[in-house]
Amino acid sequence: MIKPFAITLKPGTSLSNLTGTWRTERPVYLDRLPPCNNACPAGENIQGWLYHAESGDYEQAWRMLVEENPFPAVMGRVCYHPCEDQCNRGKLDSPVGINSVERFLGDEAIRRGWKFSEPPDSSGKKVLIVGAGPSGLSAAYHLARMGHGVEIQEAGPMAGGMMRFGIPKYRLPRDVLDAEVKRILDLGVRLRLNSRVENISASMQGFDAAFLAVGAHIAKRAFIPAGDAAHVVDAVSLLHSMEGEERPMLGRRVVVYGGGNTAIDVARTARRLGATDAIIVYRRTREKMPAHDFEVEEALQEGVMIKWLSAIRQADEGQLTVEKMVLDDKGMPQPTGEFEKMEADTLVLALGQDVDLTLLEGVPNLEIRNGTVQVSGNMMTGFPGLFAGGDMVMSERSVTVAAGHGKKAARHIDAYLRGAAYEPHSKHELADFGKLNTWYYSDADKTVRPMLDIIRRQTSFDEVQGGLNESNALFEARRCMSCGNCFECDNCYGVCPDNAVIKLGPGKRFKFNYDYCKGCGLCAAECPCGAIKMVPEEI
Amino acid sequence: MLKQIEGSKAVAEAVALCRPEVICAYPISPQTHIVEALGEMVKSERLAPCEYINVESEFAAMSVSIGASAAGARAYTATASQGLLFMTEAVYNAAGLGLPIVMTVANRAIGAPINIWNDHSDSLSQRDSGWMQLFAENNQEAVDLHIQAFRLAEELSMPIMVCMDGYILTHAFERVDIPSQEEVDAYLPSFEPRQVLDPSEPISIGAMVGPEAFMEVKYLAHAKQMQAIERIPQLASEFRSAFGRESGGLVRTYRMEDAETVIVAMGSVIGTIKDVVDEMRDEGHRIGVLTIVSYRPFPLEQVRGALQHCKRFLVLEKSLAVGMGGIVATDVRMAVTGAGLRGYTAIAGLGGRPIFKAQLHQLFSQAEKDELPQVTFLDLDWEAVNRQQERERQTRRSGPVAENILHDKGIVSAKFG
Amino acid sequence: MGFQPIKFYQTGTYTVGNRLLSPDQRSVQAAESRSNSINSGHRACQGCGEALGARYAIDAAMAESHNRLIAVNATGCLEVFSTPYPESSWQVPWIHSVFGNAPAVATGIAAAMKVKGKTDVRVVAQGGDGGTTDIGFGCLSGMFERNDDVLYICYDNQAYMNTGVQRSSATPPAARTATTMPVGPEPGNPFGQGKNLPEIAMAHGIPYVATATVADLRDLEYKVRRAMRMRGARYIHLFVPCPLGWGTASHDTIRIARLAKESGLFPVFEAEHGEVRSVLKIRRKVRVEEYLMPQKRFAHLFGSHPHPEMVIRIQEIADRNIRKYGLLDEEEAA
Ligand SMILES: Cc1cc2nc3c(=O)[nH]c(=O)nc-3n(C[C@H](O)[C@H](O)[C@H](O)COP(=O)(O)OP(=O)(O)OC[C@H]3O[C@@H](n4cnc5c(N)ncnc54)[C@H](O)[C@@H]3O)c2cc1C
Ligand SMILES: Cc1ncc(C[n+]2csc(CCOP(=O)(O)OP(=O)(O)O)c2C)c(N)n1
Ligand code: SF4
Ligand code: SF4
Ligand code: SF4
Ligand SMILES: [Mg+2]
Repeated sequence: MIKPFAITLKPGTSLSNLTGTWRTERPVYLDRLPPCNNACPAGENIQGWLYHAESGDYEQAWRMLVEENPFPAVMGRVCYHPCEDQCNRGKLDSPVGINSVERFLGDEAIRRGWKFSEPPDSSGKKVLIVGAGPSGLSAAYHLARMGHGVEIQEAGPMAGGMMRFGIPKYRLPRDVLDAEVKRILDLGVRLRLNSRVENISASMQGFDAAFLAVGAHIAKRAFIPAGDAAHVVDAVSLLHSMEGEERPMLGRRVVVYGGGNTAIDVARTARRLGATDAIIVYRRTREKMPAHDFEVEEALQEGVMIKWLSAIRQADEGQLTVEKMVLDDKGMPQPTGEFEKMEADTLVLALGQDVDLTLLEGVPNLEIRNGTVQVSGNMMTGFPGLFAGGDMVMSERSVTVAAGHGKKAARHIDAYLRGAAYEPHSKHELADFGKLNTWYYSDADKTVRPMLDIIRRQTSFDEVQGGLNESNALFEARRCMSCGNCFECDNCYGVCPDNAVIKLGPGKRFKFNYDYCKGCGLCAAECPCGAIKMVPEEI
Repeated sequence: MLKQIEGSKAVAEAVALCRPEVICAYPISPQTHIVEALGEMVKSERLAPCEYINVESEFAAMSVSIGASAAGARAYTATASQGLLFMTEAVYNAAGLGLPIVMTVANRAIGAPINIWNDHSDSLSQRDSGWMQLFAENNQEAVDLHIQAFRLAEELSMPIMVCMDGYILTHAFERVDIPSQEEVDAYLPSFEPRQVLDPSEPISIGAMVGPEAFMEVKYLAHAKQMQAIERIPQLASEFRSAFGRESGGLVRTYRMEDAETVIVAMGSVIGTIKDVVDEMRDEGHRIGVLTIVSYRPFPLEQVRGALQHCKRFLVLEKSLAVGMGGIVATDVRMAVTGAGLRGYTAIAGLGGRPIFKAQLHQLFSQAEKDELPQVTFLDLDWEAVNRQQERERQTRRSGPVAENILHDKGIVSAKFG
Repeated sequence: MGFQPIKFYQTGTYTVGNRLLSPDQRSVQAAESRSNSINSGHRACQGCGEALGARYAIDAAMAESHNRLIAVNATGCLEVFSTPYPESSWQVPWIHSVFGNAPAVATGIAAAMKVKGKTDVRVVAQGGDGGTTDIGFGCLSGMFERNDDVLYICYDNQAYMNTGVQRSSATPPAARTATTMPVGPEPGNPFGQGKNLPEIAMAHGIPYVATATVADLRDLEYKVRRAMRMRGARYIHLFVPCPLGWGTASHDTIRIARLAKESGLFPVFEAEHGEVRSVLKIRRKVRVEEYLMPQKRFAHLFGSHPHPEMVIRIQEIADRNIRKYGLLDEEEAA
């Protein structure tokens, strides 16, 4: 066709007009740090594994998860999920049920028998780990996966630490714990049970490094004058004895003194052991209580009673003397001089635990503060090659923190063994709520996990909280907004009036075509998750 | 086939023989009978395949034709007068886009005052629109010109108006030879558009063109019409061999041998002029006639060639460039620039004013004697004009001109004394 | 039955695409293979809603017609920025004739296609609000009345943008344009009765009329595709913010469109044969201020000499739309 001059044009010829020259700002893709990832004490790439879970690829999700933490089934039950507290979705409707998806993945892995990938060839190095709690096991796992020889020496008869001898079964069924521990041991980790380390300097001989994770097991005592016949026990020993053959005898009325999660666990255990009354006595108020809200709530549902603003002053047979307290302006409890009597067959003291540091005697250059071992940023104590983590160092005491310490220590030990220093990745900018365009997320409330019926909760040690099934796990995973990281929603590709966004194909994300991008900023404004930023063009 | 038939019907038959694919029109006298007849043919499926679209305005009629033509369909419409003006923007556009639309203009005066009768001011107002304009002398030629017009338009990719005098031709019953379908098919090949809107070969038609290429675009349109100057006589002679009739061409001469005075005109008035010229020839006057068939393109050379041996010419035209004089005359004078001829203009027949032989006789005689002013208004009622002018000199609000004049002429009685 | 949202909780139906959707549930715009009917290199302003809306709409029409589409364009920004000699951005067969005749040109093309038996080739005509509600209105109404097989899309940016932002009959009350300056006792465009073209279109009883915005791509694509599956005259009125004419940030184009809908000022609905069939409910209702304030064309309503009474009148318009079209869910409206 000899088309008329000028007035008829060839199609698509405007490509020769490079409108990129109009730009004063350019869009760039970036990855931001999602707040959940930022909040995870174990450093999990939560958003990363949710990404796979969203597409129903649970194995991939699980594999990504266990890159950081070998205990998803445990975490999915006992972790206090600070990630969810930080989840941006909480500002929209309710946080993503990260923890429940994690549990689903953990359970799925157990059910399907997924194994860790084989560790690489041995490095020839040997690391001693003291204590088979979450911290020790986590360190063992990571070191083993780096090819190092690992031996755990554990004082107790079974692995798990407080996960086994503290956390009650109704929150963490032991078959779940066993399965996840076994999977670690299957990596070739040597576990020596009933092997208390008395002196670390001696035990470390023959090892290239050691990681201490002995926890905090010495019950704190409060001075309470007690009559000879008074039945007073400490929480840790009580819970520990739950793992034995014989059930402890507590009586009809059990009083627990303390306000932490341990106190709650003890009271709930007492109910299950047949106590008609399980009463927590706490010196301050509910707001001040260190125990997590949801645990208090569950305890109350099960009939546990809590006596606020009360201090136990005297324990006698079958009876306690309690003083009423008031809070001063600093929120500290102050005595009032008002006393009352309380019936109690058993008094359980749940006042916290101290670390048993005897095995460290004679180790040079150690710093002990507030009864904990001081470690530097790389988890190493003052003594070269001796690392420590978990409850025995100064930090929040939780399974997740302990596991995180284990991982962190492992990375530094690995570097130490190679005579190098471990450089963590620099953190991306935080993907805070303001970076999101939440219009694009449809309204979807969090899935509530099923709970065991109340009668069985009061009479058995069956697991209280159920898990998600595949369909609601998928739903929950898909509630993730992928804060700060492109999830291939195609918005930028769609909204650019200049077709200046190139779609690279599934999994490959997008690229800007700066030849035509006019820098209008629509792509950045309409990216739901804040994965695009406008930067001034150098003119 | 010879038929005693109304001009409009004859044209409708001719158009139908050209197998238009999209017809679209808006009614305006004196065009109505043409499109009514075509409408019936389409409705009865005598003309098929064809889409007949009743639009809401002439602007739409031309626009629909533009769309149809750009999409590769043979498109036809017809209009007149106000209708042509109403579609003006689209008229220019069709030409600018080079779309070979054929349109019949049933020539009619332009208001105000509104007037349904014949003159040429409507199509002449579109002189510079880029359309070619062919004027029919009689209904036979009107029929024939349509057939030629489709061929020429499509060959060059330029639209054509076939102009025929409203009422005088459109409503006249004459014997007309309507060719057969086979004859027309043989003469007029099917439409092969230069460019077409086609999803398998996309193009963008109607770009915005700036100073850098606008002149060239315009020149190319002009050049096409120059090309038409060559093609029109060729097509006419082809037509003659095919149909055995003289029709079309750029210009036609009549009794021009040794003529000293030549009357130049377009359209049906030629018939009357020829009669008068015949009479005057019989009386021994050396007078002839030059018919302009193709007003656009304007055949400057052919006009000059025809006139160069005469002494004077008189352009008799049914149009007026207000404030200037003749419209056709201007072009004719341009054609004979430097030839040393005396030229006169006669404005005649505006708004359907009848042109009588006697008036022409007198006019031509005056011309021969060089007694004419530059511009003559044939049959103008000077008395009425003068009285109105007098009134206007006296009072600012002298009342409606038309009514005053009619009053003066005694056609209506005065309302206020 | 209106637009069916896809049950998908991460982003629902709101994003352009999503890797997790099955390909048939993805939007046309999400596809690498979309036709990019208007290609890069066009000269629309940064963030032009009309450029975006046109690609959205025409790409969808292309998809539905299996690329058998011819487009007609009225004079206006879209035409000017897409086809200045010597370059065209269009990848579809396209014609521009004049300002006021796009519907009729389209009729002619449709007639040509019909007569040639190419009924698979579909025709779309498009124009700005001026080209549609004002100068092209006669041709549009004629096309509707004859029920010609044309989908007409109006890109409503509420003024004559191409000539420098003058008022059109689609300019909203109080808006500043070059011919309705914010001066005098009632600054900006006077409060009139408005000219509701979608409803006028509905009054023609044509098979399909719909409104949409560039903020809701899926709804728009659904409507274009639906319209393309029908024959006869169809009309889509697409709300396209103009950063230049409205004095908005180029990155706000979609947000502003969203606010227009969420405030109730621009009701989004579809109608068949003159009857409203579905409305797109307001999802997160906002007051009109939220829509008005980011736009400089309404700056005189706020600022140091505010006109709260005019804002109230605008809110009344929104509330009337909400009542009239039932834009809120029952519970919220109560
Ligand atoms: C009742 C209770 C409930 C809890 N609930 C939760 C919960 O729901 N969620 C949560 O995140 N955290 C909870 N915690 C806290 C959590 O259990 C601990 O923070 C965590 O287990 C600490 O891990 P760790 O590895 O540092 O120490 P531990 O788990 O205490 O493990 C230390 C291990 O070292 C062994 N060991 C000690 N001394 C020696 C030695 N000299 N030689 C060899 N081995 C030795 C111990 O036998 C033990 O197995 C709870 C704690 C208690 C007490
Ligand atoms: C008959 C005619 N009158 C006026 C113009 C000038 N003109 C060209 S585009 C335009 C404004 C177009 O406004 P609109 O249709 O709303 O489209 P927009 O540019 O806003 O997208 C005007 C007035 C013209 N081209 N033709
Ligand atoms: S808009 Fe969507 S596709 Fe584009 S970067 Fe953001 S998340 Fe990724
Ligand atoms: S939307 Fe397109 S033109 Fe605008 S900044 Fe993004 S890539 Fe550039
Ligand atoms: S003036 Fe408005 S409609 Fe025109 S190109 Fe610019 S942003 Fe688009
Ligand atoms: Mg506009």
